[in-house]
Amino acid sequence: MRLFLLAILALLLAAPAAQAIAPSEMLRDPVLEARARDLGKELRCPKCQNQSLDDSEAGIAVDLRRIVRERLVAGDTDVQVKAYLTARYGDFVLLKPPMKSTTWALWFGPLAVILLGGVVIWRSARRNKARLAEMGDDGLDDDMQDDNPLNTDGEWESAKR
Amino acid sequence: MKRLPYLLPLAVFACIAVYLWIGLGNDPRNLPSALLDKPSPQFDLPPLEGRARLDGKQEALPLATRHLATGKPMLVNFFASWCGPCQVEHPILNQMATTHGVTIHGINYKDDPARALAFLGRLGDTYDRVGRDLDGRVAIEFGVYGIPETFVIDGQGRVQYRHPGPISPDVAQNTILPLLESLK
Repeated sequence: MRLFLLAILALLLAAPAAQAIAPSEMLRDPVLEARARDLGKELRCPKCQNQSLDDSEAGIAVDLRRIVRERLVAGDTDVQVKAYLTARYGDFVLLKPPMKSTTWALWFGPLAVILLGGVVIWRSARRNKARLAEMGDDGLDDDMQDDNPLNTDGEWESAKR
Repeated sequence: MKRLPYLLPLAVFACIAVYLWIGLGNDPRNLPSALLDKPSPQFDLPPLEGRARLDGKQEALPLATRHLATGKPMLVNFFASWCGPCQVEHPILNQMATTHGVTIHGINYKDDPARALAFLGRLGDTYDRVGRDLDGRVAIEFGVYGIPETFVIDGQGRVQYRHPGPISPDVAQNTILPLLESLK
């Protein structure tokens, strides 16, 4: 039993190391290879769209990994490598979308929604407070005694206004 | 009017639901080419020798960038004998070439020449020029995701449209042929 658990633990520990990159693809220079790995994580495999270049075994991913390494060996900076790929495959190859005017909604949209929600909550809280203070005068809302027969929907707010 | 705050979340939900619903129907491969309106990439490919073209011409001509800017719009089609969907779309390519007079250049992607010839012999060879892209490098220059993929090139040799996946009769009739017509 203990051996079994150990085996499972070993498998779990080994899992993150599992990658699609074959040893033959790797560069001998460890610094360049490390840069290639970092780039491979940030680039999308165009074929299997939710995998990064490094995670994919698709033929096109293998080809693109080779090109990334070729460019690095040729002396390209990381930015130049990405530019090389986006010139051919568009911004879509970048797993993290770039910040530009067409993607502002993407980057700042969630923040705007949170701010908007905050404003709505703040305003309704203030209104509730004012209403409570108003009711506090005699404990009864005057409008509640309005016996207009048209107010049959039982809604407190609609009766009040 | 006071009921509006209660309806607002419902309205927001409806908006999101509609957009997600539309999104479900989108093909994630269907992205515009990064080369749109730009000159087609530089390449020079060796020919596929020994073709038996349907129009009887025998020469085996190479395919290079200079052959794409001829003043006439054309198609560049990436194919391979090992690719199933290529087989499905091939009769439609043939039909565009024979009945509509469309010039179609083929790029034979990572393929064995003998198998490529057998593929074309079986399905009919209506390509104008066929270049052999043995290591798939030219496909990457074009930003090909996976074959089959077809590009519409205008008379100046600029990329005007990218169609990923097999061309259906509907796409040929309603998208590609009208586009070629408008580029003439």
